[in-house]
Formats: sequence, structure tokens, C-alpha cells
Amino acid sequence: MIDLKKAALVIIAACALAPAAQAQEHRGGTLQLVSASAAGTIDPQVNYTNQYWQLFINIYDGLVTFKKTAGTASNDVVPDLAVAIPQPQDGGRTYVFTLRPGIKFSNGAPVTPDDVVATFERIFKVNNPNAGSWYNNIVGGDACLKAAATCTLPDGVIADDKADTITFHLVNPNPEFLFQIAVPFASIVPAGTPAKDMGTVPVPGTGAYMITSYDPQKALIVKRNPYFKVWNAAAQPDGYVDEIDFNFGITDENGITAVENGSYDWEFDPAPADRLAEMSTRFASQVHIDPLLAIYYAAMNTNLAPFNNFDARLALNYAINRKDTVQIFGGKKLAVPNCQVLPPDFPGYQPYCPYTLNPGTKWSAPDLAKAKAYMAKSGEAGQKVTVITDDQGVDPALGTYVASVLNKLGFVATTHVLSANIQFNYIQNTNNKVQISITQWYQDYPAASDFLNVLLTCGQIHPGSDNSINIAGYCNKQYDANVQAVLKTAVTDPAKANSEWAAIDKQATDAAPWATMFTPKQLDFVSKRLGNFTYSDQFHMLFDKVWVQ
Amino acid sequence: MAAATILVLVVAACIAAPWYAAHVSQTDPFASDLDGSITLNGQPVDIMQSADTGFGVTPIGPTWSAHYFLGADNQGRDVAARLLYGGRNSLLIAGGATLICLLLAGLVGTVAGFSGGIIDMILARALDVLWAFPVYLLAISLSAVLISHGLQIGPIVVSSDSLLIPVSIIGLVFVPYVARPIRGQVLQLAQSDFVLAARCLGVPRPRILWKDIMPNVTTTLIVFTPLMMALNMLTEAALSFLSIGVQPPAASWGTIILDGEGLLYTRPMVAVAPGIAIMITVVALNFLGDGVREAFDPRAKLRVQK
Repeated sequence: MIDLKKAALVIIAACALAPAAQAQEHRGGTLQLVSASAAGTIDPQVNYTNQYWQLFINIYDGLVTFKKTAGTASNDVVPDLAVAIPQPQDGGRTYVFTLRPGIKFSNGAPVTPDDVVATFERIFKVNNPNAGSWYNNIVGGDACLKAAATCTLPDGVIADDKADTITFHLVNPNPEFLFQIAVPFASIVPAGTPAKDMGTVPVPGTGAYMITSYDPQKALIVKRNPYFKVWNAAAQPDGYVDEIDFNFGITDENGITAVENGSYDWEFDPAPADRLAEMSTRFASQVHIDPLLAIYYAAMNTNLAPFNNFDARLALNYAINRKDTVQIFGGKKLAVPNCQVLPPDFPGYQPYCPYTLNPGTKWSAPDLAKAKAYMAKSGEAGQKVTVITDDQGVDPALGTYVASVLNKLGFVATTHVLSANIQFNYIQNTNNKVQISITQWYQDYPAASDFLNVLLTCGQIHPGSDNSINIAGYCNKQYDANVQAVLKTAVTDPAKANSEWAAIDKQATDAAPWATMFTPKQLDFVSKRLGNFTYSDQFHMLFDKVWVQ
Repeated sequence: MAAATILVLVVAACIAAPWYAAHVSQTDPFASDLDGSITLNGQPVDIMQSADTGFGVTPIGPTWSAHYFLGADNQGRDVAARLLYGGRNSLLIAGGATLICLLLAGLVGTVAGFSGGIIDMILARALDVLWAFPVYLLAISLSAVLISHGLQIGPIVVSSDSLLIPVSIIGLVFVPYVARPIRGQVLQLAQSDFVLAARCLGVPRPRILWKDIMPNVTTTLIVFTPLMMALNMLTEAALSFLSIGVQPPAASWGTIILDGEGLLYTRPMVAVAPGIAIMITVVALNFLGDGVREAFDPRAKLRVQK
């Protein structure tokens, strides 16, 4: 007779040990990544590319971070080097974090509150790209912007070594403060880290891995951090692979072939359009499609002819066949037509599309009759227009398409293709008198303001600067006032704020500073041996979640 | 002769581009047509064909009939019609650049060689500097600036989409290639017996330049013409392939190759067709150059007469 008690105990024990056994079974091996080129500096407080952010999250930790998991939960902020997420005090102006004890950097030094203070001062000292838009809200931040080399934040970030706490004082309540310190810019680095862009020299971190070598012409090698111990698996799990090699210098076409052959496990660059059909038929099980919180759009300069004419902007919006732009991007499985500023499934998103044959919530077809009527009303026919686009991916094809639509409307349009290295800054600079440009925006963090505030408010226009992210130059005082009101609401009532963001999204869409084309999806093509593919909305494929054996 | 015939045919075909687009292919080669269709063997066929899986869209391939004879590009445009239009721009740019290059090179080389002294030294060193600079790097640098901002010299304004920009850039960067041999030839001619005799007879220097030097230099320039045109055509294709030559939706053979780059696996004809066109034209120009050289080379004539 079977001893049911014993059997039950065996089953329970097996179930309890299963994840650990699975972790042990798959632990080891080298994850081989490939890209056409390196992405610049490996200084986490300087680099602003998704290519390296995706890697940095395995190497560095902030006080908080985005949860390393799949699905919408990946947009949640969880405590990382901090013991817990603190409740804001002083009406949202003060946050007190308690540091976890016993954590060490990859060089063996313990993490102290002084390191946290030095990290936030270093953000200004290295001229972090968002120092002036995010971190200057820390008390003393504006002074640091003016004198970066000697930046100190004695009243903004205060360490208490005895209590292991760090107190942040903000100038204004900021509902997005936790998001802004959850990205790799706010990675805690040793206090002695030089106050300059470290370029190709690795900076010690606290994550499961550490950078052991970096040659931008060849590869970036990441190995296990010997001092790492799991303290919160949702924030920084112990990865399965022992090593991550990011190889450079392989074109997208060759990269796809190499992944098909199993020479590499994943390619960073978007798959070339002519390989999509082959990948989706012969290697369907290796293709992963996931949502991207991003938009592709044509930014029209609202201060320059012909698009300082509202009717001309409406004409283009009604004329663009968004299905065609989806085709250019790779087909209906890889993109969704979009008319508005916010992408689907984003906080504050409510479907809205006025620029379609049957206005409502969804784009169905271009309304050429309306487009031509607005064009006639604008009186801009015959105007010369230059569409500025970059030379990467589908952007040149989108530029050519938009120029073709403009020509059909009666403009005399051509396209100028600029190197992707300069195009994004070029189209921001008002001195270049860009009339219309093709660009895209990927979320920094899941908050509607990351689109509606960052990209379309008057404060984001900096004449003559390469960093004037309101590319359309759209400036409407009422719109700005509405944005500021919602930002205040978001401090106390995020749910109410999201419904108010939806109204602002409509207001921005109706003003037509852009012709939004589509929301792309992320296609990850992985090797046959790669298992446990996990996709985070925030950082995409999680390298520490996948295994290769 | 065969080379000249081929060139004439290429030029004639390119001149006929508007007629071909209007009456044969019946498409606008500059307008995107991503959701159009044509009738093929009595059946409607989409110009851009979506894969069954929903991933990727492939343009129609060569139909070998009037419509989309060589297929479509990634904008659904007729490749054959664009090939002919592209040839017009490629030939125009190569021809214009050759003209500028030879005029400048002839002027600089002759002035340097005939003047001698400080003028020769300055011009020769300037040519050396230009010669030492990698040609493509120089052309890319100039293009990157001019294509973005256009060109303004005093009252002369050239818009950034004007063909004059690639014409001028390509013409300029190759000046040393021709000017240096011209200068050498002029230096040699200046010491030749008939020039010395003319000088002894008191013939004015401008007249010597015009009557004795220029005819010899002109012959050299004529020999250089087809060779430089071939070189310029390749340079234009390279610059356009790098997106810094002809700007879309205008076409040149280089831009069409660029359009075809992303379709190499599925529709190789988009890149192969302009590649073949460039190859045929350049080979023909090189053969023509050899023929012209032999025709103007007295020693070659003697060899033929033997």
C-alpha cells in the first residue's frame, strides 16, 4: 500500500525545489548578442541609448528600479538598493530612502549613502542628457546646471551614514520622481568615480554582472559580479548565463543569418524588411513580437511656412494613408496605425482619431476629399517643402512616402536623408529651418507627460540649440497651463490625472503639430537555443531572464 | 565604334524616360503607390504583396511586360521607369561634373605650367593638397554640408536639392587628377623647340599659349573626357548610395541601388538593374576613352599603319 503521506511530502518537496533545480539546470553559458555598431560610452550616467540601457540594468542598480518581469507589471517601480519605496513627505517634495545593508560594488567596496550623494552630484558633473529636464528639480539642481564641475547638493540630497538613509528634497512636487531615478541614469556608482564621461572604461556597479572589457570596434564583454548576492529578485535577479558578449560590426542582414545559424543568440538592430517573411515562416518559433510604447511621426514646424498654416497641417494629416506607413514598417503584425500623440496602452491613452474617413477612435482610411479641401483653403499649393529624414531602417522610405503625399497635395516636396548620427539633433535646431521631419519617440518611463509635456510644451523649445525636443515648435499657453494643472493633479490623484491627460492628448492631436503615423511593435529574433524569453515593456528582452543551455 | 553605339543607345533610352513612363509603364515613377494593383494575365495583382504571416511586404517582381517590367521598389514604383529617369540624372551629373573638372583642370594646369615661378608653386601645391585628400572622404564631407544647407556665394543661391551640388562637388574633387598631367604637359611644351622658336621670333606669350600650347592641351582633355565621365559616374553612384548625392524622390542609378539594398533577398532586380546599367555605361566610356586616345595618339596611328 502506498504511504500517501510520504508521497505527498515527496511531491511537495519536488515542487518546492523545482525552480531552484531549473535555475541550476540552465545556469551557465555565454549569451551571444550582436549589433552593427557599438552605442558609444559605457558610462551609465551619460549613455542614453536603449541598446546599452538594456544591458546596464543587469550591471547597475538605482535606489529603485522597474520590476524585471514580463507584461504591464514591468512598468511598476520596485525597491532596489533601497529597502522600500518611501512615502513622499512635505506634499511630495521630500523622499527618505533607507539603504539596504551589505551590498558591495563589483570592486568589493561597500555601498554607502555617500555614494548615493556623489552619484546625484555626478549626474550634473558629467552633463547628463536629462540633468536639465529631470534632475534639476532636486534642490540645488539649477545651481549645479550653471556650475557643473563644482556641483554639490547639500540641501537636495542628504546622507545620514548612521541611519543609512538618503533624503531627497525637491523644488516642486514631482509625480514622476521615482520613474526618473529608476532608469540607468540614476545608477549608484562609487563616490570616487571620476567626474567625467568614462567612455570605454567600465564603472563598477552593484548588479549581477560587470563589464570586463569594451572595444567599440569589437565587443563588450560582461561577466558575473563576484560580489553580487540576490537581495530582491524583482529588482536584480541572479542571471542564468555566466557571460554576455555584445559583438559589434555585423550588419543587420548578416546578423539575422547568424542568428538563424545559431552563431549568435539575438540581434539588436531591427530586422531588414526583406527577411521578415523568411523569419516568420522558417523560424517562426524564434520570433517574438511585443508592444512598444513608441510612435513614429512627421513633426511639422508650426513656426515656418507652409506648416505654420494650420490648414496645411490638417491637409497632410487627412491625406496620409497610415496603412501604407504600416506596410513600409513591415506589415500589420509589426505596427498599428495611430493618429494621436500617446501610443496605445499607455497611461492616459484613450483611442482617438479625427484624421480618418470616419472620425472616431480608430483610423480606417485617408480622407482625401477633406485633405484637398484643407489644402485649397490653406493656399499653400506650390510651396517647396523638404522632408528631413535619417538614413537608418525604414526612415528613408517613410520620408520618401511623406514627400510623395505632399506632392500629391500640391506641394513641391523632396526628401533630404541625413546620417542618423546628426539627424535627430539637426531637426531640433531652429537655425536649420526644418519644415518637416520624420522621427520617432520611445518612452523613457510610463507617464503621459513623457510625451505630452516633454515633446509639446513651450518650455521644451530652445531656439538655436540642438537639444530642443519640441521639434514642431508647438507653443500654446493654454495647452501649457493644462499640462501644468495635470502634473499637479498627478501628485495626489494619478487616476484622475490620467483621464485629464487623455483630454490633453486630444487637444494636442487636434492642433496637428505632427502627423502621427503608427505605433511600432518590437520584433525580437532569437536563436533556437535561447529559452525563457522575457519581455519587459520598459527595457525589452531581459538578458538575465534568458538561458542558453 | 561599338562603345559609342552603346552609349548613344543608353543616352537615347534615358531621354525617352518620360515617354516610357507615360505610354509604356503608365506610372508616375516619383509617386509612392503602396496600395495599388495591376492586371497580370487577366488577374489583379497587388503591387505590394503582404506575406501570409503578416510579417513583411514584398514588392512585385519583374513582370517582363509593359507594366513593372523590372518590378517595383519599396515604394511600389516602377523600377524600369525609374531606371531610365535615374540614368538621365546619372549621365547629367557625370557629364556636368566632367565639364567642370576639365575646364578647371585645363585652366589651372595650363596657368601653372605656363606661368612657372611663384604662381606655379602655389597652384601645384594646392593641387597636391587636394590630391592628398582621400577623394571620397572629401566628396562626402562637402556633400554632407551642402546637401543640408544648400550653397550661397554672394548673389548666387543653389538650393540643397539642386543637381548642381553633386555636379560641382564631383567636378571639383577630381580636378587634380587631370590638372597635374596637364601641368606636366604644359611644362614640357613650354620647353619644346617650336615654342622656343616662337619665343625667339618675338611672338607674344598669349599668342603662344593660344596657338601652340592650347591645341595640344585640348587633345589631352578630349582623351580624358570619357575616362573622367566614367569615373564621375561611379562617384555619383557611390555618393547617392550613401544618401548624399541625388535626393529622393528624384532618382539616379546610385539611389536606385540604395532603394534595392533592403530588397536584395527578395527583389534583387531593384539593385541589380542599375548596377548593370552603370557597368555597361562605364565599360563603354572606358572603351571610348581608349579609342579616343588611340585616335589622337600619332604613335598609335603609326602602329596601325604598320
